Amino acid sequence: MAKFFAVTIIVIAIASAIPILRHSWPAPQDISVHGHLIDEQMSETMAEAGISFLAAQFILAIFIWKFSNRPKDSKIGTFPGGAKGLVIAAFLLVGTEVLALGVFGTKAWASVYFTPPSADSLPIQVQAGQFAYYFRYAGPDGKFGPLHPSMINEANENFFGLDQTNDQDSKDDVVTAQMAIPVNREIHLLMHAKDVGHSFYVPELRVQQDFVPGLDLSIHFTATKVGKYEIVCTQLCGLGHYNMKAYLYVYSQADFDDWMKKQAALQ
Amino acid sequence: MATTVHEPPKIEERRPGVSGNGGWRNLVPADGDPRVVQDYSPPPASTGIWVVVYAVSMTFAALTSALIVRKGSSLDWQSFTLPSILYLDTALLLGSSVTLEIARRRVARFMGGVTIPGESPARWLYITLGLGLLFVTGQYVAWSQLRGQGLYLATNPSSSFFYVLTVAHVLHVLGGLAGLAYVIVRLSKSELRRSTLDAASRYWHFVDILWVYLLVLLWMKL
Amino acid sequence: MHDVSAHAAQHHAPPQGFIRKHVFSLDHKVIGKQYYALALVAVFVGMVLSWIMRLHLGWTNLAIPGLHLLSKTGAPGDLMTPEYYLQLMTMHGTIMVFFVLTTAPFAAFGNFFLPIQVGAEDMPFPHFNMMSFWVTFVAFVVLISSFFVGDGPTLGGWTQYAPLNAVGAVGGPGQGMGVVLWAASIAIFCVGQLLGSLNFITTTLDLRVKGMSLMRLPLTAWAWFITSCMGLTAFAVLMPACILVILDHVAGTSFFVPSGLVINDQLQPHSGGSTLLWQHLFWFFGHPEVYIAIVPGMGIVSHVLITNMRRPLLSHRVMIGCMAAIAILSYMVYGHHMFVSGMNPFSSLAFSFPTLVITIPATIIVLMWIGSLYGSRLRINTASLFALGFISMFVSGGVSGFFLAQPSIDIMLHATYFVVGHFHMVMAVAAIFGIFAGTYFWFPKMTGRMMNETLGKIHFWLSFVGTYCIFMPFHYLGIAANTRRYQAFVDDYLQPLIPVHKFITVAAIVTGVAQFIFLYNLIHSRFWGKPAPDNPWEATSLEWSTATPPPFDNFGGKYPVVYHDPYQYGVQSSTGDYVMQTSPEQVVTEQDEK
Repeated sequence: MAKFFAVTIIVIAIASAIPILRHSWPAPQDISVHGHLIDEQMSETMAEAGISFLAAQFILAIFIWKFSNRPKDSKIGTFPGGAKGLVIAAFLLVGTEVLALGVFGTKAWASVYFTPPSADSLPIQVQAGQFAYYFRYAGPDGKFGPLHPSMINEANENFFGLDQTNDQDSKDDVVTAQMAIPVNREIHLLMHAKDVGHSFYVPELRVQQDFVPGLDLSIHFTATKVGKYEIVCTQLCGLGHYNMKAYLYVYSQADFDDWMKKQAALQ
Repeated sequence: MATTVHEPPKIEERRPGVSGNGGWRNLVPADGDPRVVQDYSPPPASTGIWVVVYAVSMTFAALTSALIVRKGSSLDWQSFTLPSILYLDTALLLGSSVTLEIARRRVARFMGGVTIPGESPARWLYITLGLGLLFVTGQYVAWSQLRGQGLYLATNPSSSFFYVLTVAHVLHVLGGLAGLAYVIVRLSKSELRRSTLDAASRYWHFVDILWVYLLVLLWMKL
Repeated sequence: MHDVSAHAAQHHAPPQGFIRKHVFSLDHKVIGKQYYALALVAVFVGMVLSWIMRLHLGWTNLAIPGLHLLSKTGAPGDLMTPEYYLQLMTMHGTIMVFFVLTTAPFAAFGNFFLPIQVGAEDMPFPHFNMMSFWVTFVAFVVLISSFFVGDGPTLGGWTQYAPLNAVGAVGGPGQGMGVVLWAASIAIFCVGQLLGSLNFITTTLDLRVKGMSLMRLPLTAWAWFITSCMGLTAFAVLMPACILVILDHVAGTSFFVPSGLVINDQLQPHSGGSTLLWQHLFWFFGHPEVYIAIVPGMGIVSHVLITNMRRPLLSHRVMIGCMAAIAILSYMVYGHHMFVSGMNPFSSLAFSFPTLVITIPATIIVLMWIGSLYGSRLRINTASLFALGFISMFVSGGVSGFFLAQPSIDIMLHATYFVVGHFHMVMAVAAIFGIFAGTYFWFPKMTGRMMNETLGKIHFWLSFVGTYCIFMPFHYLGIAANTRRYQAFVDDYLQPLIPVHKFITVAAIVTGVAQFIFLYNLIHSRFWGKPAPDNPWEATSLEWSTATPPPFDNFGGKYPVVYHDPYQYGVQSSTGDYVMQTSPEQVVTEQDEK
């Protein structure tokens, strides 16, 4: 049985590795400017984790195979180097490996969080609420009007609680249910939570950020490829969480301008 | 006094451990005390009380950090003056620690065979218990005073934390009073262990120090 | 110096009567068995919940026969509503983490064996110990009762994030009474565990018999001791957090709910609360909690494996040091659950480094196990199979931690099935394997009978292969960005992944059915198993030196004296290749105890 167990461990280890090596279910394509840093980090980690995983399972299996069913009088042996050697090996191999991952990974993290948005980024506000996203564009005046939560009225489609009668800046704000952005232009996404916790996740953009009720925060990103993508909610927000999504359209600048005009006309 | 103690409990000296028996022979000496064969370990009550003190401290540490975060997270914090009876309550509690120390020494001497004529060994324990109960009453008065000013649990985050912290503390005071009552009962049956007395005292002093900490925290933050 | 009274705290007379013997028992062994029974009920409830969840995920529009009996509103016509999926999911997680993974390896086995392993008659505070079980039991009843009140249990996940956990019934079904019951149950649970930790710590430090120095304690005793220290800090923090949630519900406070929230067009009557405060308090508990779930299993695996390898680990002290290091580091890493939560991004980096560093003691522990296999005389039986399976599973689940420890990668993998695969493998399955290893190993001592080895091995094979089939694919789903906590997969990009979910569901049902083999084995062997000798595994620690099952005062009035380190295997003695801790025989060791 011991040998069968050893073989099973090896088969499982190899079977587990195969879908990774064959990219059977790969990450969605990267359409962002900073995403390659994350993807590189992911590949390095996969290589190190993969090697550790396979090595550990193989050695476990080999030792089970070799050291079971030994005769009763066989001598007990010590692994070369003993405990001390293994502790040193752990510190050196694993320690340097994880610290390297950590240190090099700061670059990818910094590119997302420690660089401020550029001056000519396009600001878009997104509001997450049970169970839909709504987006607001500042309009020709480039300014967002203030939000009045008490004025929110879903039936009248006043999703953000704008007072377009009295607030000058709100008059030209454009509110949409889908998000469109021009390609190769940095977007400054202003995130506002209407009710409970939500999250903004676009796998292709390599962006995921929770909304925090009571705290308006922002992220920025640039899309490099035209297309239609999905924004999904990843922070459990209630019964409609699974269904909470919006489409993200990445357009050429010309198509985006068209879209803006159409949306402005619908307000 | 309500309790009459007939004789002090006996203190037995530690006997040297029996060694060299080996194996499975019965190691319990003829007079039935199994613990003489152990190497010395602290009595469980004294380790145990530190465990309790630590856990309770962590609970109040969590509440402290909740207070600090909550105060800093928004602009709706409204400070108010602490009811002045709290300072009297503090004096009562500090006093009760003093009386508890007196009690502890008297009971320890009693257990060693020294009695004070005309005084029950539990007298100062009762005084401590009484001061503790006065403290609890005083806290209740403080809460009534706040309610009189219109400050309830949900009125403002500052009042929320006031009630949460003081109620949590009073609950632990009640636990301490239960411990002291237990000591009195055991003493009256001549079954009190020194470690129990010390543990209950330590807990009571902790509850006292905790109160001083909370008072300073509330005074600074509220 | 300590004084002695007529009755030492733990020196109580044999219990009389059914209630005293089996219900409100002061005997740590009975309390341990009661915890085990509670965990057994809980794990089957949790498992059935997972079946229902998985059936729905694989075949979303399937009517599950009988589901309407569980909840008329949750599953009208046996068709699951979206909220009911989340409610079942929340209960699955809560029951499994609290009432199985914290209860069985720690409270059940620890209560039964820790006093015996240190040589004591019982724990020093048996009344508190009895209370700890019944308090835990009440917590379980309170939790389960949420199935039957109003609109059912809370749907916010076992993590119960704010403000969804505090806005009340407007947040969704189960968010009123369901949350209050959840929070009350968990607060009560915390009290029970604190009472238990009190006993474990004082037993380990104060009740060791003559000759039992700290270094001579078996690794299980160390694991339970370290776990109870972790629990002391973690549970003492979660309890007030739960109370604050209850106050937000019933008393109108706003600890966790900020102002300006609008639900159903209504401005919510809260202001100023901090949603991130809940996450900090919860995860300060939550991360140590996962180590509370796994460290006892590490102790059990070490204990079982050493006996079956016929040699001690390469270093006893290193194992202890690593378990302690994990416990200490566990408080510094909790922010890795909050990398994209909106917390300061510098904090995210700060938390990621200790998270990566905690890999080191975990790796050393795995290397100690694997390295000790080298040159051993490994015996294969069900207990050792599960112990070895633990190592395999812990490695698999552990390496996925490399990814999640890095904030940049977490941007992609947070809240996906990758996380779900990670924690199920490294914590849930590994800890369950540890529980199984402990069960097959200690069942003879606890009941006086042997479990059936054939059934045990069948149980092992189906569980080992089955759990890999269930949880390894979760990682692939996660890399493909499959979000978790979805009751159905409606997004375009998720459609190609649904066949994987179907495969997982089939694997889950098969593996689950295999657990009934274990249940049958457990119950059948309890009454009709082969009678067990006192020391069937030729093991060395104190529990094997006493009768099977142990008498009410553990050692029958005799007090052991300890002469040896806990794992003197691979020696030449009059008993064979081992010498028991209580044997005064001097032996020549092949391996020096380091």
